[in-house]
Amino acid sequence: MPDMVETKPSLLCLENVHTHIDQHHILQGVSMDVAAGGATILLGRNGAGKSTTLKSVMGLLPVSQGRIFFNGQAIEASKPYEIARMGMGFVPEDKAVLSTLTVAENFRLSMFRENEKTHKKLAEVLDLFPALKKFWKRQAGLLSGGQRQMLAIARVLVCEHTLLLIDEPSKGLAPIVVDQLAESLIQIKDKTKVILVEQNFRLAQQVGSDCFILDDGRVAFNGPMDELAKDKIMMKKYLGI
Amino acid sequence: MKTDTLKFQTRNRPFQQYAGWIIGIGLFLLPLIQMDLTTYLTLTVAGISLGMLIFLIASGLTLIFGLMDVLNLAHAAFFAFGAYAGFTVLNLLNNAGWIDTASLAQSLFYLALALGAAGLAGGGLGILTEKIVIKRVYGNHLMQLLVTVGVSFVIVELLKMIWGVNDEVVPVPMGFQDAFIIFGVFIEYFRVVAIFLGITIFAILQYILKQTKLGIIVRAGVENQEIVKATGYNISWIFTLVFAAGSALAAIGGTMMAIFNQAVDPGMGNQFLIFALIVVIIGGLGSVTGSFVGAVIVGLSFNYVAFLWPKMALGVNFMIMAIILLIRPKGLFGKD
Ligand SMILES: Nc1ncnc2c1ncn2[C@@H]1O[C@H](COP(=O)(O)OP(=O)(O)OP(=O)(O)O)[C@@H](O)[C@H]1O
Ligand SMILES: [Mg+2]
Repeated sequence: MPDMVETKPSLLCLENVHTHIDQHHILQGVSMDVAAGGATILLGRNGAGKSTTLKSVMGLLPVSQGRIFFNGQAIEASKPYEIARMGMGFVPEDKAVLSTLTVAENFRLSMFRENEKTHKKLAEVLDLFPALKKFWKRQAGLLSGGQRQMLAIARVLVCEHTLLLIDEPSKGLAPIVVDQLAESLIQIKDKTKVILVEQNFRLAQQVGSDCFILDDGRVAFNGPMDELAKDKIMMKKYLGI
Repeated sequence: MKTDTLKFQTRNRPFQQYAGWIIGIGLFLLPLIQMDLTTYLTLTVAGISLGMLIFLIASGLTLIFGLMDVLNLAHAAFFAFGAYAGFTVLNLLNNAGWIDTASLAQSLFYLALALGAAGLAGGGLGILTEKIVIKRVYGNHLMQLLVTVGVSFVIVELLKMIWGVNDEVVPVPMGFQDAFIIFGVFIEYFRVVAIFLGITIFAILQYILKQTKLGIIVRAGVENQEIVKATGYNISWIFTLVFAAGSALAAIGGTMMAIFNQAVDPGMGNQFLIFALIVVIIGGLGSVTGSFVGAVIVGLSFNYVAFLWPKMALGVNFMIMAIILLIRPKGLFGKD
């Protein structure tokens, strides 16, 4: 019986998660059930707690209360490197690449296991982002914002993951680059489950099937993307659209 | 990457690049006005070998202070600890009667034993210190100063307790007491060994940091821990390892210096820590190449000036540091 309590059918499950940063109570009881397959979008105003949620899941911020299950295993007390080794990948919002390393070195770092499989995967990933091949030996800090964002996403793709947490990849990108990004994300989510924080509603709609809206550290809405798109009041209230 | 940054720098500051080299080389030929060629060459060889010894302690400091940004005032104590570890091994060999009869090859072997013991002792002490003390004070410079002064105090007192407060004479393997002569310049074998060891350690460090996966992880961890952790690496062990490597280098430098000076004393680290700090600052924080070049500069200028105006020897190094920082605030190889 105690074993049953630990087991959850969903890929990722948050139960009443609270997170404090210093003395600030940021997440105030976030509960989510995220099933495998496709992309789930996290929406919400600036400061709603989206990034904090991802960092708490990844183990980068200590959870002060509540439970998190990944593939049925409790991870709220696990270290980030343990969670990563379980198959979770993370693309942070800021400083998502190592700017003092070259593009090549960024990829080498992301190959936690360097073997034939990851090298094959790398070739595939570079086909998806051909621009990166051109700047192979260049320091990542010298890339343009868009190229850097591509690198940030590409570098997590070279390893097998069961879940990717991607935090606002479209931030500060030109519309045409956002379209390219959308295409890449659509290809990615067909193979790997993605939880995507995204303010760009059009991009969110193109990529995501369902969504959560966070507000003041709590979940304010959960449902299919199209349902939200039709709900004008909801859209206005939480997203200001 | 190397060619890229090089291009990048020359494109932006061609004048400083070339002028720096020309002025630098000119300055190092300047002492020739005051002395004959043989003296100059003798001092140059001695200066380079002193520089290599300083590089050993400075390279450890580069890793710990330059890369990991830990103000480690116990570095001098690790140096002394290593010196005593090496001294102990040489003493044991001496008691067995092997030091005074050692051929060059045997001397090299005994040196390897002493350096190995120093490296292990320094590395082990480094692991303990990082895991128990340093771990808690990452990112807090003031606390780092306070706790490492404490660690330093403990180590030095320990040395005094075990070996006594006085200087001890270090038995130098016979093979190293010989010298050979080229162009009238008298070169002791041990100086050649010191130069060779310095270059070897420089090459190894450079290779590990630039070419290996471990080096990439270390450099990445210094820039952004979150990504490294979220990629699956246990960064706390990686930092322990870097700290231990830095401590081991200090300890190896300690044994080399003990043989060079044929003496050890518990406070011996302090005078060399000043040199090492100057070197790390001249070279640019975190740059191993910078430390290497800086160590040669400091070793040479110290020797020239000590010959010409003995009282100014240390002062000149501070002057050089000040001038270099005026021209390049981040040091010779520091990244902006
Ligand atoms: N290091 C910190 N110290 C104090 N408060 C913080 C810190 N980091 C985040 N916060 C606060 O936590 C709240 C949630 O931040 P979070 O970064 O999760 O928001 P977000 O939803 O990702 O916003 P955005 O859309 O702007 O990225 C904000 O009110 C923010 O001010
Ligand atoms: Mg955010």
